[in-house]
Amino acid sequence: MKFSESWLREWVNPAISSDELAHQITMAGLEVDAVEPVAGEFSGVLIGEVVECGPHPDADKLQVTKINLGPDFNDGELVDIVCGAKNCRLGLKVAVATVGAVLPGNFKIKKAKLRGVPSHGMLCSESEIGLAESADGIMELANDAPLGLCVREYLDLNDVTIDVDLTANRGDCLGLKGLAREVGVLNSLSVTEPTITAVTPTIDDTVAITLAAEQACPRYLGRVIKNIDVNAQTPLWMIEKLRRCGTRSIDPVVDVTNYVLLEQGHPMHAFDLAAIDGAINVRYASEGEKLVLLDENEVTLSTQTLVIADDSKSLAMAGIFGGLASGVTTESKDIFLESAFFAPLAILGKARQYGLHTDASHRYERGIDPQLQRDAMERATTLLLEIVGGEAGPIVEAVSKDNIPAERTVALRRAKLDGRIGHHIKDATVTEILTRLGFNVAESGENEDKVWTVVVPAYRFDISIEVDLIEEVARIFGYNNIPNISPKATLAMREQKEAVLPVSKLRNALANRGYQEAITYSFVDPKIQVQIHPGQATMTLPHPISSEMSEMRVSLWTGLLQSVIYNQNRQQGRVRLFETGLRFIPDESAENGVRQENMIAGVLSGQRSEEHWDIEKAATDFYDIKADVEALLSLTSNVNAYQFSKAEIDALHPGQTAAIHKNGVLVGHIGALHPELERKLGLNGRTLVFELLLSEVCVRNIPLSLDISRFPANRRDIAVVVEDQVSANNVLQLIEKVGGNYLVDLNLFDVYRGNGIESGFKSLAIALTLQDIDKTLEEKDITDVVDRVVDTLKTELNASLRD
Amino acid sequence: MNLDDIILQAEQAIAAATDPAELDQVRVNFLGKKGLFTEQMKGLSKLPKEEKPKAGQVINIAKQKVQKLLTERGELLRAEVIKQQLAAESIDVTLPGRGDELGGLHPVTRTIERIESFFGDLGFSVKQGPEVEDDFHNFDALNIPEHHPARQDHDTFYFNPKLVLRTQTSGVQIRTMEKEQPPLRIISPGKVYRNDYDQTHTPMFHQVEGLMVDKDVSFTHLKGVLHDFLHHFFEEEVEIRFRPSYFPFTEPSAEVDIMGKNGKWLEVLGCGMVHPNVLRSVGIDPEIYTGFAFGMGVERLTMLRYGVNDLRSFFENDLRFLKQFK
Repeated sequence: MKFSESWLREWVNPAISSDELAHQITMAGLEVDAVEPVAGEFSGVLIGEVVECGPHPDADKLQVTKINLGPDFNDGELVDIVCGAKNCRLGLKVAVATVGAVLPGNFKIKKAKLRGVPSHGMLCSESEIGLAESADGIMELANDAPLGLCVREYLDLNDVTIDVDLTANRGDCLGLKGLAREVGVLNSLSVTEPTITAVTPTIDDTVAITLAAEQACPRYLGRVIKNIDVNAQTPLWMIEKLRRCGTRSIDPVVDVTNYVLLEQGHPMHAFDLAAIDGAINVRYASEGEKLVLLDENEVTLSTQTLVIADDSKSLAMAGIFGGLASGVTTESKDIFLESAFFAPLAILGKARQYGLHTDASHRYERGIDPQLQRDAMERATTLLLEIVGGEAGPIVEAVSKDNIPAERTVALRRAKLDGRIGHHIKDATVTEILTRLGFNVAESGENEDKVWTVVVPAYRFDISIEVDLIEEVARIFGYNNIPNISPKATLAMREQKEAVLPVSKLRNALANRGYQEAITYSFVDPKIQVQIHPGQATMTLPHPISSEMSEMRVSLWTGLLQSVIYNQNRQQGRVRLFETGLRFIPDESAENGVRQENMIAGVLSGQRSEEHWDIEKAATDFYDIKADVEALLSLTSNVNAYQFSKAEIDALHPGQTAAIHKNGVLVGHIGALHPELERKLGLNGRTLVFELLLSEVCVRNIPLSLDISRFPANRRDIAVVVEDQVSANNVLQLIEKVGGNYLVDLNLFDVYRGNGIESGFKSLAIALTLQDIDKTLEEKDITDVVDRVVDTLKTELNASLRD
Repeated sequence: MNLDDIILQAEQAIAAATDPAELDQVRVNFLGKKGLFTEQMKGLSKLPKEEKPKAGQVINIAKQKVQKLLTERGELLRAEVIKQQLAAESIDVTLPGRGDELGGLHPVTRTIERIESFFGDLGFSVKQGPEVEDDFHNFDALNIPEHHPARQDHDTFYFNPKLVLRTQTSGVQIRTMEKEQPPLRIISPGKVYRNDYDQTHTPMFHQVEGLMVDKDVSFTHLKGVLHDFLHHFFEEEVEIRFRPSYFPFTEPSAEVDIMGKNGKWLEVLGCGMVHPNVLRSVGIDPEIYTGFAFGMGVERLTMLRYGVNDLRSFFENDLRFLKQFK
């Protein structure tokens, strides 16, 4: 809510500066977002009157004027000014920038000649003195504006607009009345309200009112005003106040209802009386009922929507938006003025349902003072009669007393106050704060048993239980006057399961291997994701930021690959990134229909090493990323549980992909990106990826130490020739199986194809390390093992020993 | 040849040897099995028995003399060889070493880890939860019923009216309180989502929320803990203020500002005493227990700590940006 400081000070005027005021209300919980001057910086602009006005001899669009700036300006000398505005006319009171004046933007006014005619100043428009963005013609001041007076002073422009970002609980401060009340409390000052007097009816016309939905609308006041002049001019003082509160002047009727809205915090609505057929009924809309709103959009109303209707049709969406057909127009002569209380629960969420948000709905949703309707009506009537004239009829009030929110009684106990705040605020201070807030306070009990029984005014919708009062006391007392104390708690150790491998260990392992951690958005571009995971069901956001961020990721690859492209486009050729985070897989059997699984994924591209004076250049390949995954898995102290096996999945190269199983359960994939996908995505060079289920990888074995043999180890190397499709794993697992207890280590140290090896075959060189815990092995023990291994390889895998 | 001549000859040969191999040849020539001294010793047999010991002794003395010369010369030559070898092996020690540079953690992770460490010291456990959340855990249980104006402040991403991307990690607190009884001390770091994207908002960001529920937990404690945290996080006595605010799930509620280097207050977190309705909704009696809760924006804290100017750089994953955080 924006408000003018000087308007506020008409109600309550603490002896503090604008900055101090802004700080004070911020610290009371009404956060000030901005403090802006209401006009540009200017000086030397005085009020004058056009006393002569005639055509310029040499220019069609210019007028030559003489301006009277009053007797004190150069002994009453008239000033020659040439003006181009169409609305410049004889007798008009104008804002005159005299010679020597400085306008916003440091624009200095000097003596000049316009097409040969002397001009000693300028007649200003609103925009030229920073009151408006643009203006049509020069500013027209009131007829009684005193000649020679400085315009700054006349319009009280040494004022600021204060923008407060009100929280949802403080609907009571959505008007000057509420803000002034709050500032009064903070400064222990009483508030001077504008006098509101009952307007004596001069005609008998009324419209009958029925409340068909008494809970939703327990009070509705209506009044007929006839013979108004809608084309009257809203006075400048009102336009200025509206402007400083961020509201544009529309027409005098709307301006007055907006003025009351800003001043009293109470929405009003005016209907064209001619559009009302019979009586007013406040009811819920009927099934399929349609209404064309003031913005000319037609809506089909739901039966949960409260409307203001007459005998034949709905006229307006209650508390939200007026209807077009019943709106006040330039043709309107008679109006029907509404001042109603709608219950917050009847309005909450309704405007949003129709994509609307209005000043009225904003206030009704948060709650307005249920006792304020008559004051608002009288205030609006008085202002309207002053501006647009006409005759007012009597107020008709329909009310369902039982449904009007009652004042609430809430008890505040000393023990609860102290317990929640942790600091003792003196009895007298508590009483004073509650009283200043406008609460009716009764005290009972002493010391620990002290109780304040508080009657809360109806306009404070936010206060209904004890903690609400505790907050009020703390807020006004000042949070920063409450000490900071370290809590005391029982020293109990936290459980730390060693078998849970902390994710930070995995992160650090990858970082230590040269990976940089990335964080990518959880929603990705469906057009890209579908290329990586074709056929995979996904979750889509119905209202995304953009279509490129509209689908929940089903793996971390989409985001990571896009990061690779981002970096490649910025001359970063060598990219190693990893990420941890959730993937979202639709699954009816999971909570809320989605499996949210924590993943760890990585991507590699570019050269194996940074360019180096002594390392040969080589593009990174499968075995680079595999080493990184193996390093991760080794942290589980359970590497034997994991198997890599050749696999095919859509995104990856069919010949360079492995599925990773843990004890037979699929836990992830690793591989080179499919070259076709690389091309489509615009990736540069070979890209390798992996992804693992974190929940599976974050379990580790607690080490169980074995004795180290004191006897020498023996190494025997064998070279076996097998068919190409026999995997290294086939060979090594077989050796392990038949190797026996002496076999303590196994290392495949060479793979050879070519000269001496038949095509379609390969030679694997494997080192067997044999050792016993109790003795030095005899040559015979060793040969036994090697022979057994070689024989098994021959029979099981058709392997031959290489000569 | 007489002994003196042999010694003289040996002396000359030893001095003339220029490397260990030549010197070894000299040794063989004089002291080897067929060397001159061996021949001299053989000549002893022709001498009369009584002269043998004396003549033998003379030969041995001469032999030892030569042996000593050989050793001395040998050490000299080897020193020379090593000297040459070392000179040949000299390298440019200023050339860069071999091997990969280290990577690093994302600055957001770095901040979260620091926060976890500070609160871990106070006995807060880390809890995590789902990011696609039902409206009960994201709103209702937090005292934000349907149509509450505060729901609109959240710019929520809805999948349907009952399912959202969580707008706060508070759902984790609810899930924890549903399962565990006080005393409770938890923090829940993680991603949260708001449908807002501009210079100062990204639709995904990170929060760390904290919760302490026990008997006699008060607002002074909340202030104490958060003051401590901010001072330790920034490692300086930053100026801090607590400003009344409103969250449906806490009361009293506050926003916490710190004084920026530019002399302006900057909001860094929201907090308050847990609303009794929230405790009640998870079966904790608010007449017995009280608690405080807080939530901080990780990106905001990271920006302040490391001077990051553009929020969006956290999710662009530009290596030139990331590599600054080792």
